[in-house]
Amino acid sequence: MLSRRKMFALGAGLMAATSLAGVPVALARAPTDRRFVVVILRGALDGLAAVPPYADPDYRSLRGGLALPDPNAEDGMLGLDGRFGLHPALAPLQAMYQAHELAVVHAVATPYRSRSHFDGQDLLESGADTPHGLHDGWLNRALGLLGGASGADTTRAGLAVGQSVPLMLRGKTPVASWAPDDMPPADPDFFDRLGQLYAADPVFGPALKEGLKAQAMADDVLGESMDDPKTYGRGARPIVALRPAAQAVGKLLAAPAGPRVAVLEMLGWDTHAGQGAATGRLAGVMKGLGEGLEALKDGLGPEWRQTAVAVVTEFGRTVAINGTNGTDHGTGTVAFLAGGRIAGGRVIANWPGLGPSQLFEGRDLAPTTDLRAVLKALLVEHLQLPQDGVERVVFPNSRDVAQLRDCVRA
Amino acid sequence: MSTRDAFVAVHRFGLGPRPGELDRAAADPKGWLKRQIDPAAAALPPQFAGLPGGAERMGDLLRARRDRGDPGAQKLIRESFRETYRQEASARLAVQVTSAAPFRERLVAFWSNHFTVSVQRPPLFGTAGAFEREAIRPYVTGRFSDMLLAVARHPAMLVYLDNGQSFGPDSLAGLRQHRGLNENLAREMLELHTLGVDGGYTQTDVRELAKILTGWTVTPPRFPDAGQFRFFPQIHEPGPKTLLGVVYRDDDALEAETAFQALTRHPATARHVATKLARHFISDTPPQAAVERLARVFRDTDGNLGAVSHALIEQPEAWANPLAKVKTPNEFVVAALRATDFAPQSGDDGHAKMMINAVRGLGQAPFNAPSPAGWPDTAADWISPESVLRRADWAMALAGRMAPGHDPDRLFEATIAPVAAHATAQAVARAPSRADAMGLVLASAEFQRR
Repeated sequence: MLSRRKMFALGAGLMAATSLAGVPVALARAPTDRRFVVVILRGALDGLAAVPPYADPDYRSLRGGLALPDPNAEDGMLGLDGRFGLHPALAPLQAMYQAHELAVVHAVATPYRSRSHFDGQDLLESGADTPHGLHDGWLNRALGLLGGASGADTTRAGLAVGQSVPLMLRGKTPVASWAPDDMPPADPDFFDRLGQLYAADPVFGPALKEGLKAQAMADDVLGESMDDPKTYGRGARPIVALRPAAQAVGKLLAAPAGPRVAVLEMLGWDTHAGQGAATGRLAGVMKGLGEGLEALKDGLGPEWRQTAVAVVTEFGRTVAINGTNGTDHGTGTVAFLAGGRIAGGRVIANWPGLGPSQLFEGRDLAPTTDLRAVLKALLVEHLQLPQDGVERVVFPNSRDVAQLRDCVRA
Repeated sequence: MSTRDAFVAVHRFGLGPRPGELDRAAADPKGWLKRQIDPAAAALPPQFAGLPGGAERMGDLLRARRDRGDPGAQKLIRESFRETYRQEASARLAVQVTSAAPFRERLVAFWSNHFTVSVQRPPLFGTAGAFEREAIRPYVTGRFSDMLLAVARHPAMLVYLDNGQSFGPDSLAGLRQHRGLNENLAREMLELHTLGVDGGYTQTDVRELAKILTGWTVTPPRFPDAGQFRFFPQIHEPGPKTLLGVVYRDDDALEAETAFQALTRHPATARHVATKLARHFISDTPPQAAVERLARVFRDTDGNLGAVSHALIEQPEAWANPLAKVKTPNEFVVAALRATDFAPQSGDDGHAKMMINAVRGLGQAPFNAPSPAGWPDTAADWISPESVLRRADWAMALAGRMAPGHDPDRLFEATIAPVAAHATAQAVARAPSRADAMGLVLASAEFQRR
């Protein structure tokens, strides 16, 4: 069943090349061996719950019932560096931290300073410094720089997971999108005829071409197992359970001619009520994140060494508990950096403190690191994009935001 | 009026033509649309008969939560909520597939998406369908402020955006139980439901509206009317509140009702609503002139949605480019089922499953919008390499199932003929089989646009 699309893609001569074993090669010449994955946590992750600053004198009083016991105490948080702990549901991240493959950036935020999810995500994904300032995604613009002058093929170096392409990956450079298959594919000839009909349509034409290429690639790398929806979940958008998709994406990225950059999305972080502490609603979502990152590493296999992952969210949540044992929209939060290319084992934080005068607008963790400083470092030092291009094209107006130092391995 | 206009009427404003509908609309496309939003055409479609009310199901949920020690009862309520969800979803799809007033149904879907509640929060499985039927459907040609009030009083919304648990910090109950505000409903009401994110409100306005809304909650399980909306004065924050520069005197539930009137009259609300309507019915990039005209009608009529819907039909921009918009997965599935004369039978599990699986498989499961902002509304949000393949797979599968007894040429004439490219007509005519020809019509870019 799965092979019909692949056969069509080969038969129609759409693939750039095929190997002897019939493996379709998506990228004529891969622009880089490095892999870069962004995981977007939609809904605003509570950074103080994920990475609690237990050494801060105000932490316990402000967090009340949401505070976790110290490391080594019963049901306590996991220890990181003596100042910060890790939520126990994120145990797989502690293992990465101890292997120096995971760094935490704390008190981080995009330049957005209001509290709308939708504008916040818009800014996180577009890379603009004001809402609706740009209509394509920073990662798509980065893909445009990836080939440099080498003539390498950067189309389809980017992969969106799910049925739609998130803003972060939208733009001029064509990207692939892929979701686990759960309905029988139509006959190859049908797509052949449809392709001719769509040729003149600016939306459906290019999308169909890219879709057939991505499908052939995915069928080939992942094999039959992807056809079982029970194994890999259905293509809801964006995905809630990260693990199945992350495992598959790891494999796709690991393929020699596979994509190099991917975006995964996860919902469930908007914990206004009944957030829970060591267990509960937020803990469940965090467990999914930890398992997802573990699965991504597993899928990448040896290529994990070539990989950097950035886990980002639109903003943080209020320091104080609201009236319903949850937290409302805030500002500063955490970002996680993972992968063999990350100089990990550290919590990177210019800690602002939680005292009344230290909070942003009297209620939120004050941001002291611009998320763009982190992302710029990954693009320049990990993906080896030209700094000038990153500051001009990828994150315009970011020249004053100094690249975060020493978070990528030399 | 040309048949191009008939295409616009049935695809853009309607839900895609059932056999014969394109011809019927062609005589007077605008008149055909206006008859559908006549208040006389507002009867509740029969498919909804017998479905449980939102308050009733919310009461069931609250009682089950009170008895949470009993795992059997928990399992039972979960299963019965799934069943309600399945019935609601299939009834809604069946109404959309069969309706003779498809423009009215599209307005229901539009406003239901504007005031999204979603089963992304599992307690909503039992009440999301009732919410649309009770708080949205009766008001789509009525007053915006009445819809806003019905939305804010509906148990589904009070639970979805947490207001049911928001306590005035200085209220009697707040002081006694050390509980406080939850901003969620207040923020989304300003940002999404009324003024819009650039509507000129501040964080302080969000807090003040949250205070105004304290006490608006759902009756707890110890009362016989558990699950009903109820205002609890002992939870309501005392003292005056200042929202958008206007001081609301301490006046219990009336504070919010007055605030809803003010929010409806605020020019930013007219503009926000007009922009969304123009994006949905005219173009992904809404033409400013149309937005301004629609906003003026909204303002001049104090938010009369019947008048606004009439004005929408009269916008010349809405008739200029018949293929400007791309159908969402739900719109696409419904249009394909209407075009192939599908007649869902209530009580037929196979039919229900087929319709629900189709929209779910294409990325738009019923009542399952990803966030309070609702489903997105532009081509870029819906058309990706993956989604195009899936739509084509599904169209072909449907064509294979419906081909016996269908004439592909007639399907072509009854759906996309007025706007079809020559290449499309030719490909349909030359297709190797009846099923292929039908699949090409349904998967064509013309059919997937509106």
